[in-house]
Amino acid sequence: MTASMRLRAAIVAVALVVLVVVAAPDRAATAAEDGARPPIPQQLWSFAGILGKYDDAALRRGFLVYMDACSGCHSLRHVAYRDLSALGVGFGPEDIKALAAQFKVEDGPDEEGKMFRRPALPADRIVSRFPNKQAAQHANRGMYPPDLSLITKARRDGTNYLFAFLTGFEEPPADAEVTPGMHYNRYAPGQQTGMEGVLSEDLVEYDDGTQASVPQMASDVTSFLAWAADPHREIRHSIGVRVVIFLLLLTLMLYALKREVWAHLHERKEEAAAAARARNEDRDHPDQAEMPH
Amino acid sequence: MATRRWKNGFVRWIDARFPIFTATHHQLYEYPMPGNLNYWWNFGSIAGIILVVMIFSGIFLAMQYQPNTAEAFDSVERIMRDVNYGWLMRYIHQTGSSLFFAIVYIHIFRGFYYGSYKSPREITWLTGCLIFFAMMATAFMGYVLVWGQMSFWAATVITNLFTAVPGIGESITTWLWGGYAVANPTLNRFFALHYLLPFVIFAIVALHLVALHTTHSNNPLGVDMKGPQDTIPFHPYYTVKDLVGLGAFATLFAIMVFFAPDALSEPDNFIPADPLVTPEHIVPEWYFLPFYAILRAVPDIGPIPAKLAGVIAMFGATLIWFLVPWLDRSKVRSAKFRPLYQVFFWVLVVNCLVLGWCGKQLPEGVFLTISRIATGYYFFHFIVLLPLLGIFERPRPLPYSISAPILTPSPVSPAGRLELAPAAAGDEARP
Repeated sequence: MTASMRLRAAIVAVALVVLVVVAAPDRAATAAEDGARPPIPQQLWSFAGILGKYDDAALRRGFLVYMDACSGCHSLRHVAYRDLSALGVGFGPEDIKALAAQFKVEDGPDEEGKMFRRPALPADRIVSRFPNKQAAQHANRGMYPPDLSLITKARRDGTNYLFAFLTGFEEPPADAEVTPGMHYNRYAPGQQTGMEGVLSEDLVEYDDGTQASVPQMASDVTSFLAWAADPHREIRHSIGVRVVIFLLLLTLMLYALKREVWAHLHERKEEAAAAARARNEDRDHPDQAEMPH
Repeated sequence: MATRRWKNGFVRWIDARFPIFTATHHQLYEYPMPGNLNYWWNFGSIAGIILVVMIFSGIFLAMQYQPNTAEAFDSVERIMRDVNYGWLMRYIHQTGSSLFFAIVYIHIFRGFYYGSYKSPREITWLTGCLIFFAMMATAFMGYVLVWGQMSFWAATVITNLFTAVPGIGESITTWLWGGYAVANPTLNRFFALHYLLPFVIFAIVALHLVALHTTHSNNPLGVDMKGPQDTIPFHPYYTVKDLVGLGAFATLFAIMVFFAPDALSEPDNFIPADPLVTPEHIVPEWYFLPFYAILRAVPDIGPIPAKLAGVIAMFGATLIWFLVPWLDRSKVRSAKFRPLYQVFFWVLVVNCLVLGWCGKQLPEGVFLTISRIATGYYFFHFIVLLPLLGIFERPRPLPYSISAPILTPSPVSPAGRLELAPAAAGDEARP
């Protein structure tokens, strides 16, 4: 190894290290923003990883929590009633029709040019408690309760963050400064939030007999909202596994084909090189070469 | 061009009127390719293919997208949720933009390393720089179309840069916006231009290829092709070699699309645009981070305010690439034979990565200092090092031709072992 090669190897190594540092998520920066905020604990989600699946029962319980605890303030405006068929048992076409019909949406104008209210249909988006953003803001002391359709994507490490946030409401420590009208939360940015800790023991009644503890409800509603943000996750992964296996095999075969095609070229070069070598040897040792006379 | 004798009468008929068969045959079998291209030469064809992928996925998205501030964000979500395989098209387009830049950066730095910009390939290089410029504009406007928080604020920050232009800055910005703030007219025109520019890029790619096929490909040794012993036909050798690279690239692409499509997305962009709420950190996509760092690194320079100086430096950072063929005074193309340039090339790579990392941090304290040093070094490399190296660097002896190092065994190698890189041998042989 020459000195320049060693130097080059060293520089490449430095470049790789820098690349890793650059590519690494900037957790450090986020943590530094508000010093007191503890790191977000990592949970084991059934849907984590490539082979993970949503737990239908958890999604159903989570939907119940959303309806009972969240929907009073937070909309879910990108999810349609018919999308809930992904929740499985109890969400057949008729169930969804009946569920949607409990809510009213504005439609029209009718033949007389009047707007009217009608029961929601499965194709309608989940009806929000408030007619618009301003109304929601007005009812919540000027703070807009964010729409939850994409909430797990709209926060860094969103799924774990949401669970941490929902279980992070507690009595503020003595040294914490909480702005009037705000509520202390261990994991919120600045450790305070406009939302109250709404989850309390047995707030909802699960019909599958699960004990409605706060972590249980938080976990269920987080699963449900993770699904709401990424409803095609399972199909995406299952197609992906097949596509990637196919492409890997294809690439390997293409590489074998390349070797095969180029082999002829290498043979040609070897022969030419051997010929050149032979010529050079003749030239270097003329006395040993056969002389034509 | 001599008309080939095609056996099939129909082919002959077409070819006499429109020589597509002769031209294809020429490019595949007669056009000389250097026989020694390594896998770094795959990235040009991959970039071309991903451009087509972006155009096709983009057209399907445009069929569903609403370029209206009231509906844009929701229409993207509708594509993601309700359009059949809309999520696939969107993720291909979104991931594709990141990978397009990654591929093109590698392609550009391959050009830097092997001196592909040098005579006689300056026009190929210049058209390539134009493509990169058009790509940056296209990517920026495409990002705005999503109309999330980061889209809106990126549009605001970037269009506001034009206010730095002395005298007419405000007017330019108002003209760009189509109003007094980033709003519906802005989104509308960005959509129109985002649809137009890829076709402009496609046309410049055609020019890039015409120039390339006039001067022929450079190669890792950087020496000219001297005759048929140095060349091989494009087909089957480089078609199959390009396919290997394409296969590997497609695999990586699929892994990102299916398993980590949002890995490079900013969480803030999943919040609909809100002109009344400024995100805590406004950061561009990763591929603009080095330029963003340069923008924010520059302080007031004499009478030039920091903002204008930053804008000049940021645009200058890419504009300077146009001058590289003339800044680099060395006649030797490949860094293989340039011991000093080779080192400085890698220092530049590291420097750019450092700039990218700084682009992600707040411009204060140690990050600002590092950004300033790295920005200074970036320009130092192009303006000072490139010209000086050409004068002071002592290149290693060049092989006579591509096939020469193979055909002629080096005089000092023991047992007639073939030396592909004749450099070391040449050094010792020098009197």
